[in-house]
Amino acid sequence: MSTQVATLESHTFDVLVIGSGGAGLRAAVQASVPGVSVGIIGKSLLGKAHTVMAEGGVAASFGNVDRWDGWETHFYDTMRSGHFINDYRIAEKFAHEATERVLELEEWGAVFDRTPDGKIMQRPFGAHSFRRLAHIGDRTGMELLRTLQYKAISQDIEIFQEVTVTKLLKDEAGRIAGALAYYRATGDFVLFRAKAVVLATGGWGKLYKVTSNSWESTGDGGALAYRAGAEMMDMEMVQFHPTGMVWPPGVRGLLVTEGVRGEGGLLYNSEGERFMLQYDPERKELSSRDVVARSIFKEVQAGRGTPHGGAWLDITHKGPEFIKRKLPGMYEQYLTLADVDITKEKFEVAPTCHYTMGGVRAEAETCATNIPGLFAAGEVACGLHGANRLGGNSLADLLVFGRRAGEGALAYARDVAEASSVNAQEIETEMARVMAPFSVSHGENPFEIHEELQDIMSAHAGIVRSGPDLEKGLAKLQALTDRATNMAVSGSRVYNPGWHAVFDVQSMLALAELIFRGALARQESRGAHWRTDYPDELPEMGQWNFVQSIDEGVQAVPVPQMPKELSRLFERGMAPGAWTKQQEGKEN
Amino acid sequence: MNTAPEAPREAHHQEWISLRIMRGTTKERQKVVSYQAPYSPGMVVLDAVRWVQEHQQPDLAVRWNCKAAHCGSCGTEINGRPRLLCKTRVDELGQAPITVAPMKAFPLIKDLVSDVSWNYAVVKTIPPFKAKVKAPFTMYPEDAERIQEFHKCIECFLCQDTCHVLREHQQFGKYYGPRSMVLIASLEMHPMDEGDRLPLLDGNAGLAMCNVTGCCTNVCPQGIRITENAIIPLKERVADRYYDPLKKWISNRREKRRQDQDHRNVGTRDNNHHDDPSIGAY
Repeated sequence: MSTQVATLESHTFDVLVIGSGGAGLRAAVQASVPGVSVGIIGKSLLGKAHTVMAEGGVAASFGNVDRWDGWETHFYDTMRSGHFINDYRIAEKFAHEATERVLELEEWGAVFDRTPDGKIMQRPFGAHSFRRLAHIGDRTGMELLRTLQYKAISQDIEIFQEVTVTKLLKDEAGRIAGALAYYRATGDFVLFRAKAVVLATGGWGKLYKVTSNSWESTGDGGALAYRAGAEMMDMEMVQFHPTGMVWPPGVRGLLVTEGVRGEGGLLYNSEGERFMLQYDPERKELSSRDVVARSIFKEVQAGRGTPHGGAWLDITHKGPEFIKRKLPGMYEQYLTLADVDITKEKFEVAPTCHYTMGGVRAEAETCATNIPGLFAAGEVACGLHGANRLGGNSLADLLVFGRRAGEGALAYARDVAEASSVNAQEIETEMARVMAPFSVSHGENPFEIHEELQDIMSAHAGIVRSGPDLEKGLAKLQALTDRATNMAVSGSRVYNPGWHAVFDVQSMLALAELIFRGALARQESRGAHWRTDYPDELPEMGQWNFVQSIDEGVQAVPVPQMPKELSRLFERGMAPGAWTKQQEGKEN
Repeated sequence: MNTAPEAPREAHHQEWISLRIMRGTTKERQKVVSYQAPYSPGMVVLDAVRWVQEHQQPDLAVRWNCKAAHCGSCGTEINGRPRLLCKTRVDELGQAPITVAPMKAFPLIKDLVSDVSWNYAVVKTIPPFKAKVKAPFTMYPEDAERIQEFHKCIECFLCQDTCHVLREHQQFGKYYGPRSMVLIASLEMHPMDEGDRLPLLDGNAGLAMCNVTGCCTNVCPQGIRITENAIIPLKERVADRYYDPLKKWISNRREKRRQDQDHRNVGTRDNNHHDDPSIGAY
């Protein structure tokens, strides 16, 4: 072993969690039991993760305001909006456990908005059959993250802030062994060895120019897992949220919570038509996100867009007092950043990249991946949302499967006598790779590569796609990837954002290619994936998930078939709870 | 690195904005470096700093995440005032060059990035939320609203930066600072919590060090009334328990009337009195 590796700062844990957002913290809290050592790594400071950006609420079928709601209806809505390529086993566990997980948060100090009779308040959201989203005004994610953050602090968990992982390490048998990382503040390397690793690093919304995602969402975990041999599924499925800010330019893409429509906001085109009546007469503004986003896009294409290329969203009819109480963050956001008072005037919105449904293929029970000892939860994982995620389901997702991944990793770690050995040569090679950009002269600026990547993705793999266009985009991407092998940085290793960006860009380039390949394989339109050369949803394509791995390329894998007791829920053509409600109505 | 890149000669005055950014890795040796960035309508100071970073100075260190005032990562000092880079509009600052510096109260890492780890270390010592009963709680909207104000905190630490106890006097060992007081208030005022943080407030957390100048409230980007709604009520609670014989007597009488059945209970909470009476200057 070289002195460089022998003197490396090193930590060994039973369970190592990579990612300190909602899913990672929930996993760490679960795995941290007496006698078990747990470490958690975050790329940012603690409590700053993208979870903090979630606004509208967490979906859980309490039935506090609509008593007909229940897990079956939540399951029904989730599968239906996912266009049935979700893993039903994951969706079933999810719908069953979401309420329990939300109550747990309440017991750990989260303060949800209340009903007049003292229960957790629930608000309507797109394509949920009932008022289902437990919320705290329009800052639900922040409350959730803060609660988990302080829960984790109160337990015996070692927290590493502002640390970037560059490689997952495996032993000779292919089991997870740990990760190599560096401190962003100093640039010094640090080695983590672990019996089990939970990956909870979020999505890759920063692949797109117009995005609601914070800078961190660069898909590090997805790329780390892919390079280590993990199976990536449904990569073509990228969610465009219907309502992002449009103007001024600096805030383009910033999220406008679905809560605005949930609380009664209406969408109009430039001719004053409430166009959602035409695209989805039943659910209107509260249709699923894929439908509303596409509708806005089509209106703009047809020349009925707002001055800056969006639609009007209007909630003024609800009155200032209501708006300021229910949507204080939105009121403030528009007032300070866009000089618009949403209590007095309508405002412009347009689709923005919001969420990546695809990701590391994980199993329902424990979130195990195909790499022994590696577990995945939250946005980085795949299986729950299918072709389109419901609003409020991601916060519930990270609670339910953060816990399950923590539990799974804990059980795995208990069965393993000690952390697998790591290969010193492999570590040395990786350290040299990470340092290489400092030695390149006249190389590419990582920030510029990122910008060009965003242009390619927005133009060729955005809200509207076609075969020839995807092919063109893929060719451009490959050329850009070649150029990116020559990225250069200057300055020292101390808190050097240019250097940090190199690894973000490398992750995004890897995942961008998977998006193109998945999108080319799925020759149909389904949920968020809209192809003009295959405009219809095709039953035969709905039988497959596309799974990609570094060794096997793209493979079509059958979508798991629901057993009778679940498939019967769809036979009536309406949600189970809605049917019960209708029956009660008839009886009275 | 200390020379300013020149703006294109043809640039019109109003199309370029001037920035003066503190660069360097030690406080003593930080230097102001001038940069220019193109103006666009509605831009915030973070946009300008990021433009410089992406196009001219990739190693310019600045901490940011969400660019939406949700995460609280980008606290710095803009023209001498503690503010969020993402929430400060360029057009409200006038034509003069905009000076951006790291938060002064904390140790420096590099350029605009401070070492804020102390803030995380102190909150570890605060007794966590402890539920009286199992969830679901019965809690009414008015119960929730009072503490929801404190839950709006984005942990940007601008209040810590501006607090003169920490900023001027560097009393990091003696006072936890306004952010910690907001956190403690949110726990103490939670109707379902049964934890007790008054001994800590009266001891190591050093609540008495605050002399309610209200500077923290003035810089809070979330508009939390830190002094009025968190710190003063906490001071009253500590005073009631430890320092005010009359109030204590009255509250004990009230308690006595309510719990007529057990006179001996009254006043026993004084047993866990603070460990450092010298700090308490009420």
